[in-house]
Amino acid sequence: MKISFIRRERASRTAMLVAPVAAFACAIVASVVLFTLLGKAPGQALYSLLLEPFLTWYNFSEVLLKMAPLLLIAQGLAIGFRANVFNIGAEGQLIIGAIAASALPVWYPQGDSAFMLPAMLLMGAGAGMAWAGIAALFRTRFNANEILVTLMLSLIAAQVLNYLLLGPWKDPHGFNFPQSVMFPDAALLPILLPGTRVNISLLFALIASVLASILMRHRFAGFQLLVGGLAPRAARYAGFSEARAIWVSLLLGGLAAGLAGAAEVAGPLGQLQRSVSTGYGYSAIIVAYLGGLNPWGIVISAFVMSVIYIGGDNAMVSADLPIAAVWVFQGLLLCFYLAGLTFIRHRVSFIRKAKP
Amino acid sequence: MTALLSLQSVSKRYGAVQANAGINLVVDPGSIHAILGENGAGKSTLMKLIYGVESPDAGVILWKGQPVNLSSPAEARALGIGMVFQHFSLFETLTVVQNIALIVPGRKTDLARRIRTLGDEFGLNVDPEAMVHALSVGERQRVEIIRCLLLNPELLILDEPTSVLPPQSVARLFETLRALQARGVAILFISHKLEEIKELCDTATILRGGQVTGRVDPRGHSAKDLATLMIGRAMPPPLPATVQAVGEVRLELSGLDFVNDDPFGVSLSDISLRVHSGEIVGIAGISGNGQQELAALISGEVVQPGDMIRMLGHAVGAVGVAQRRKMGFAFVPEERLGRGAVPEMSLADNALLTAHGAGLVQNGFIRRTPERAYTAACIARYDVRTPGPEAEAGALSGGNLQKFIMGREMMLEPKLLLVSQPTWGVDIGAATDIRQRLVAMRNAGAAILVISEELEELFQICDRLHVLHKGHLSPCLPTHATTVEEVGTYMIGAGKSPEVAA
Repeated sequence: MKISFIRRERASRTAMLVAPVAAFACAIVASVVLFTLLGKAPGQALYSLLLEPFLTWYNFSEVLLKMAPLLLIAQGLAIGFRANVFNIGAEGQLIIGAIAASALPVWYPQGDSAFMLPAMLLMGAGAGMAWAGIAALFRTRFNANEILVTLMLSLIAAQVLNYLLLGPWKDPHGFNFPQSVMFPDAALLPILLPGTRVNISLLFALIASVLASILMRHRFAGFQLLVGGLAPRAARYAGFSEARAIWVSLLLGGLAAGLAGAAEVAGPLGQLQRSVSTGYGYSAIIVAYLGGLNPWGIVISAFVMSVIYIGGDNAMVSADLPIAAVWVFQGLLLCFYLAGLTFIRHRVSFIRKAKP
Repeated sequence: MTALLSLQSVSKRYGAVQANAGINLVVDPGSIHAILGENGAGKSTLMKLIYGVESPDAGVILWKGQPVNLSSPAEARALGIGMVFQHFSLFETLTVVQNIALIVPGRKTDLARRIRTLGDEFGLNVDPEAMVHALSVGERQRVEIIRCLLLNPELLILDEPTSVLPPQSVARLFETLRALQARGVAILFISHKLEEIKELCDTATILRGGQVTGRVDPRGHSAKDLATLMIGRAMPPPLPATVQAVGEVRLELSGLDFVNDDPFGVSLSDISLRVHSGEIVGIAGISGNGQQELAALISGEVVQPGDMIRMLGHAVGAVGVAQRRKMGFAFVPEERLGRGAVPEMSLADNALLTAHGAGLVQNGFIRRTPERAYTAACIARYDVRTPGPEAEAGALSGGNLQKFIMGREMMLEPKLLLVSQPTWGVDIGAATDIRQRLVAMRNAGAAILVISEELEELFQICDRLHVLHKGHLSPCLPTHATTVEEVGTYMIGAGKSPEVAA
């Protein structure tokens, strides 16, 4: 018997809806096996991983808090991914954004100007763009692969952060911890939901989702990016500039990541510290793909991913799971989803070899 | 006498398309049997069934009277069936004998000797140690045929073998085929060129819409009869391209040189031509002689600074595609999927691809209503068979997509139109329609440059011809004052030197 994939005449709507759900189910089954092999109770692990985030208002608000940077960065990255521009270094752009935003409160720790916060956000977004812009320049000028350049720039960004926190920006009264001074109130984002840590950066992320949707569905510029991603030779034939697509993709991705970095230091952290880099930039890649690179799909996947993050924290405590198990769960989810994507455009055909 | 190969009610369906329906075919030993049909008539599917690439849904294939069930080309070769495809399957970086050794067992020195013997016997001379990329198309075809012959086939299938050959090489191929016939090898000759079939074949099975519409001795019928069987009605009359006064120069290449970085690409040297308003200029020649490079330079997909290209009154060496299009240039490329159209996108979005300037975009926003209207108009006017503007371009047949792309570009009413292979894969009715529209555009004052492999087509619509061979362009040949033979001479690079002609 021969098994082969045959391209469908058009993408299957059913498969499009079923794929994420099936991927989720498969990831759960696989992780049950994994947790059992690790000697943990799989029921307890899944309960903390997937249900506990919804059981208390505090837990749920933490989900929304995590969701804001993931959603914002993923929207920025997805635009580039659809144009076949692979910005893998959102983490670095986030770090640089956080650093640039921290400059003002670090230099003016007593500042109380109303312009402080907007200026911080602008500096964060601008710095993220500039950091990603380096990769765009290298790609358009020297044809250097943007995947490598953005990734390596992330490592540099992490070292810049270390340098600043261990040297010039270290809080002199901070018991030698690698962190900056605490920011003044004027440098902190307003809280959106009273009684929680959720701040208005969640609104930024939702606005970004609306803008991304308009760009990709209704703007000619978004259409040009899509063509460049689907059929680069058709884009060249139609006269859509490849260099422009690279610049736009990387700058938008850098802007979103830089803004997310600024919102982290001006939000839940309240100072610049190493933990600003917890891998949001990398997780956002998974979020973007899980959401099918569709702006509204990404809203859902950012939410799901945040639930897993918070659930993972819970599972570490209540089910004694190692953090690596949570990462494995994320990885499984992505693997199964990408495998599932194949079925949207292809169907499986079993050809029985006829007897002569 | 038992038939060598016989097919009984063979059918094959792909999705919604019934490619072959109840085909009956009998091939006798030692006969040269033509399979005649338009593009899309089911010829290629039928050959794939015989060669074991595909399996039939229904029906029986008999080889020397025994039913066979072929599930791979290897099984077909083991029986004694060889096939030469239209697109060669040779590795360019290997030598002839290395390529052949991939399929034919035996030591290389031994193979090289047999290649020479076969070459002498059947007029298939080719150097076994030559690198394939250095061979001409005709030589590559000979390698493919030799590769089949080394396996001692009793049936040889040739898919459109003459479409890639200049007229002179066609005569030589026919001699080879007759020599093979004399040895008792049966040949299935797939073609849509009526004159060739009359000259070479003793039997013709004619396909139309996946069904057999006739089995005749082509020597006893006129080309007109065969065409009627093939397309179901009489051949369309040739276009009366009346001579008309031409206007200003709209495209001028003067001494265009282009050095190709790709080792297997073609470099262009000293190309000069002019296209005026109100005329169609044709570029003849076999694909792979610099056509792609020339088209990309004119369209702006490849930019080369300098003033060797002037378009609509401007030197456009350093100007990109978008600006050239804004000046009134339009272009139909030879590859439809992935270049002329995005397969995953709807026809409406594919209209937007190049027609965005025709009011489909306002303040950067896509206007869906005009986009749909433009697409619907293109579908209706150019007879594109599709469910509607929402259909994905990749789901259309090649001919239908070609009509759509032609329509999209022609509806822009360009001042200068470049068309590469205007009727590749398009059925005769639609091809005639496309040619008539090109002539109408010319009469309305457009300047049109057509690059085509089909000499007949070029002679039908062009005012003047050039021939492209190995990156060199022949002098200008007015269509009414030249002949197929003269053009053929330039196609193999044996033409008069430009100094003499000028």
